[in-house]
Amino acid sequence: MGKTLLQKVWDLHTVRRLPTGQTQLFIGLHLVHEVTTPQAFDMLRARGITVAFPDRTFATTDHIVPTLDQGRPFQDPLAEAMLSALERNCAEFGIPLWNLDSDKQGIVHVIGPELGLTQPGMTIACGDSHTSTHGALGAVALGIGTSQVRDVLASQCLPIDPLKVRRIAVNGELDAGVFAKDVVLEIIHRLGVQGGVGHAYEYGGSAVEGMTIDERLTICNMSIEGGARVGYVNPDQTTFDYLRGRPFAPAGDAFDRAVSWWRSIASDADANYDDVVEIDAAAIEPRVTWGINPGQSVGVSERIPSAGSTGAVAEALEFMGLTGGAPINGTKIDVAFVGSCTNSRLSDLREAARVAKGQRVAPHVKALVVPGSQAVRAAAEREGLDQVFRDAGFEWRGAGCSMCLAMNPDRLEGREVCASSSNRNFKGRQGSPTGRTLLMSPAMVVAAAIAGEVTDVREALAVQP
Amino acid sequence: MLSSVSCLLFPASFERRSEVSVVPSCVDRVEGTGIPVRGDNIDTDRIIPARFLKAITFDGLGDHLFEDDRAVTAEHPFSNPAYQHARVLLVNENFGSGSSREHAPQALKRWGIEACVGESFSEIFRGNSLAIGLACVTVTYEEVDRLMAAVERTPSMRLVLSLRDRTLEAAGRQVPVGIEGSVRDALLTGTWDATGMLVDDFDVVRGVASRIPYIRGF
Ligand code: SF4
Repeated sequence: MGKTLLQKVWDLHTVRRLPTGQTQLFIGLHLVHEVTTPQAFDMLRARGITVAFPDRTFATTDHIVPTLDQGRPFQDPLAEAMLSALERNCAEFGIPLWNLDSDKQGIVHVIGPELGLTQPGMTIACGDSHTSTHGALGAVALGIGTSQVRDVLASQCLPIDPLKVRRIAVNGELDAGVFAKDVVLEIIHRLGVQGGVGHAYEYGGSAVEGMTIDERLTICNMSIEGGARVGYVNPDQTTFDYLRGRPFAPAGDAFDRAVSWWRSIASDADANYDDVVEIDAAAIEPRVTWGINPGQSVGVSERIPSAGSTGAVAEALEFMGLTGGAPINGTKIDVAFVGSCTNSRLSDLREAARVAKGQRVAPHVKALVVPGSQAVRAAAEREGLDQVFRDAGFEWRGAGCSMCLAMNPDRLEGREVCASSSNRNFKGRQGSPTGRTLLMSPAMVVAAAIAGEVTDVREALAVQP
Repeated sequence: MLSSVSCLLFPASFERRSEVSVVPSCVDRVEGTGIPVRGDNIDTDRIIPARFLKAITFDGLGDHLFEDDRAVTAEHPFSNPAYQHARVLLVNENFGSGSSREHAPQALKRWGIEACVGESFSEIFRGNSLAIGLACVTVTYEEVDRLMAAVERTPSMRLVLSLRDRTLEAAGRQVPVGIEGSVRDALLTGTWDATGMLVDDFDVVRGVASRIPYIRGF
């Protein structure tokens, strides 16, 4: 019986079985940002420990970054204190930091793959739940908390219980106007927001195999929203082609040797899975969330569920101010946000610009596009995408997490409804305790911005639904 | 560059690693009153909204627990003086889903919570809780519903969680609780603070690192 990628990577990185029965797992790459680490560095200092592998550790800043005025000191003294702490900690412990003045700065899950830091067969940890993103390149990437950040800094290891592997095979072809975001929203809707607890999700099938790395990143990003801490796609030619020539990818002969190793760590054809789920790509339509968790979504042509007997639906409808049984299409929006580690890469911006081209944002809608990294921003500007967005009435911002969460100046006000390409529609997530989030693909966000309400992007793209 | 780090595998500082001593603090029993927070999928943005993560310490987090929920629900349990000194948090399904912020269990712990009893917990929340010595144990929906109702009727009711016996006792009734063996061991032996254990045998860590192709530079 063959092995899965997860098993192979796990075996290779196992240091030992701990007395508690957990595995001590070696972490090949540790990514650090300003929010979840200041306390970890303080704990190191308090214990008199240094960072074990500073050369396997890289830092950037993303969550608190203002996307308009980046002048220092920041207007928000708390944000300033956090970035200053990161600067101090990285300097003291010898960790490279890509700060605001670096062309490598960006959302941690965007820059890892972009720089070629993220590679197949790696174990990766970061104090952020969306670390699962990096699995798109065939890595086993774990989101961790601050005390675990301390432990990785101190030992480059984590204590961890084994994971089961569920293979999610998405077969067939996606319709035009249906994107990776819709696929993952469908998966979470089907399997539930805690369906993946205790599992790694291995995404495969012809639809996933046909996807670009950017699209795979979108899918793996939201694994955690389905309860799975880890999500990955087996490395293939698409992966190798993506990595070739990236700054931290191996070069020359080493690249060829790397490729043969990368091939070898993919799941074997006869690998044993704990569970297999099949999904028909052709049946997926553009999806929109109507509730307060990412599992609560419908196809754009469908109706919002009725409250029925479950308190969860009623609670969500009440918070969202939506009517059970009404179509989701036509739901009014106030804000449109294209960005976040789910959907802020160049390909996302290209799709979004395709819909925006020659159109105008509805007068009552505030719309912004926030590239995931400085490199994405520069590349988009080279293609003139910024102009397309500006001409359509979108604001074009600096790289960062922006309106995905409420830690920088970009946020919802009051009960605003936001069409968002981010990953979480939790109550209060976008900064206003009563603000409301509708998750969808970047193209759908732009279509909604133009219509002023949720609308089927397939119509906007003049594709017959 | 990453591909050239093999020479840096053995930083001088590692020699000090095995001297790190962390005094273990064992958790085997939690005793006190309870506080019920009903609802499935209560995410970490609700437990501690992101704006309170803008800090470089965990200090004072306990004051902002469920702040947004409390603003809209006057009768939120964390606003109710009857539950003020509770030690045991009672919850339903998938508690702590969402972000990896350790701030969520930190806020609970700083408020005074020493154990969480619920139908199920998100994985990262459970791991973060363990990493700070906060026990998360599971019971069935029926049991937690009964416990919640009992605590709502009598907030002064005492609950006794024994990790050693894997039981929760309340109002003279004992129910079994679920907890992974490894988590229970870590709490009982004080190795929930994993640093000491992880740096314990650093030669082995070095050995493993040196056989990993991408660390060797392929
Ligand atoms: S974009 Fe959003 S989800 Fe991604 S790292 Fe930033 S805050 Fe977290």
